[in-house]
Amino acid sequence: MQAQAQQDSSQKAARSLNPVNAVLNCFRYVGGGLLSFMEAIGNLTFFMARALGHCFSPPFFPSQVARQIIDIGYYSLPVVGMTALFTGMVLALQSYTGFTRFNAESAIAGVVVLSITRELAPVLAGLMVAGRVGASIAAEIGTMRVTEQIDALRTLSVNPFKYLIAPRVIAGTLMLPILVLIGDIIGVMGGYIVSIYRLGFSPASYLSQTWEILEYMDVMSGLYKAAAFGFIVSVMGCYHGFYSQRGAQGVGAATTNAVVSASILILICNYVLTQVFFS
Amino acid sequence: MSGAANDSSDNKIVLSGLCKAFGKNEILRGIDLAVPRGKSMVVIGGSGTGKSVTLKCILGLLEADSGSIQVDGHETMALKGADRDELMKKFGMLFQGGALFDSLKIWENIGFGLIHGQKVSKKQAREIAIEKLQDVGLKPEVAELFPAELSGGMQKRVSLARAIATKPEIIFFDEPTTGLDPIMADVINELIVKCVKQLGATALSITHDMASVRKIADYVAMIHEGRIIWCGPVADLDRSGNPYVDQFIHGRADGPITNHTRF
Repeated sequence: MQAQAQQDSSQKAARSLNPVNAVLNCFRYVGGGLLSFMEAIGNLTFFMARALGHCFSPPFFPSQVARQIIDIGYYSLPVVGMTALFTGMVLALQSYTGFTRFNAESAIAGVVVLSITRELAPVLAGLMVAGRVGASIAAEIGTMRVTEQIDALRTLSVNPFKYLIAPRVIAGTLMLPILVLIGDIIGVMGGYIVSIYRLGFSPASYLSQTWEILEYMDVMSGLYKAAAFGFIVSVMGCYHGFYSQRGAQGVGAATTNAVVSASILILICNYVLTQVFFS
Repeated sequence: MSGAANDSSDNKIVLSGLCKAFGKNEILRGIDLAVPRGKSMVVIGGSGTGKSVTLKCILGLLEADSGSIQVDGHETMALKGADRDELMKKFGMLFQGGALFDSLKIWENIGFGLIHGQKVSKKQAREIAIEKLQDVGLKPEVAELFPAELSGGMQKRVSLARAIATKPEIIFFDEPTTGLDPIMADVINELIVKCVKQLGATALSITHDMASVRKIADYVAMIHEGRIIWCGPVADLDRSGNPYVDQFIHGRADGPITNHTRF
């Protein structure tokens, strides 16, 4: 018996050393990985389409939407506000350090407001909300999956896409632009505070420079981005939670995957939208 | 076909040749089962033999690979969307772990199907929920608590109250006494019998608990390796003449069922 086992293992070792088998194995791994990736993309696309469809078709659950608006919007306000405030303050400080070398201190107000409205507020708010809300959505829906609460919804004639997914997607897509608009104001205020009280700028000239350089599209592009990021965060949280594997480990993995995938998609989407708006 | 009644009009649910596999793992290999209208059928069998999968296929929570599922003589395998939601109004289900919604109060859990499925007002749903709580032996004060504040036995009772609140024609019980002490298990069994009789519903249960089987079953079916291997009235259970059934109901390690050692 032992001799047979030794013979089998030596045959396996010989097979793995065979160059043809090694190449075939390589193709098998790459092909398997590619197929899994394409399957995941297909599933995610289908899930997004279903989620969008249920956002626009009755029955609606307004109380669920209201609850999610409070969870996603109201409770994210401190995180987004603090992030915007300190980002605006650091931006003013760093810009001053660089711009004094070229006697271009007057450009600080413009740099702060454009950086905040176009890029930093939507991207940082998106990433912060992905960490706070994406994880929470994935954990909540994942736990509901594991404890058969989603099955229970179906047995009570309630479509889980309408009751769980659509309210979160609607709330995420609507609330992130509002959070970003508030973040824009707080971020600019952060730059203002540092510029006036730390760097000695004149309040009137700082504000007039800010207004002069700021255009309607600068703010709106940030809000459009925020809506897209809100959609991404909520859909990725729902998707990973909805297809969570069994057990605590499954829910943990769903939470991690929701945050990581939403963060990466936000960064990719930010590049694409920037290209669309400003190229 | 394994079943208690041969005339299809007497049967509420009829499964024919139901198959379901997960990858290469064939769980159901042609389930044939007829559940008589207004009777209580209990499916017994070892762990991993396909009992829960059968229930989930009937409810549409899992998609069967082939075969037929008829409810009231209508094929339901292909039903989706609104048609499936409509069919689900006939069903109530008591889940093994209760599956109560943690974010909702007890009365909201019980009234959930009434509010969202049958468009009953919240006030009326609350009154019905309290009535159902009393039916399962719980005080009205429990209505304002959350599921996490209840013991396992109380959660099972609430889950039973939720299952019967919409007055379903068919009620499924997934291992209703698992995890309960023998006294509480007996209380739940009695509640099941009482509620099913009050509603005149058809019941399909799955369990390992033989005391539960003898208490709630009119008919018993045994599933083994994805097939129904015996079905008959509960009175015939002890004289089935089937060695698999005999081994299972007496809980013997020795016998034709050997897959308990496969891991």
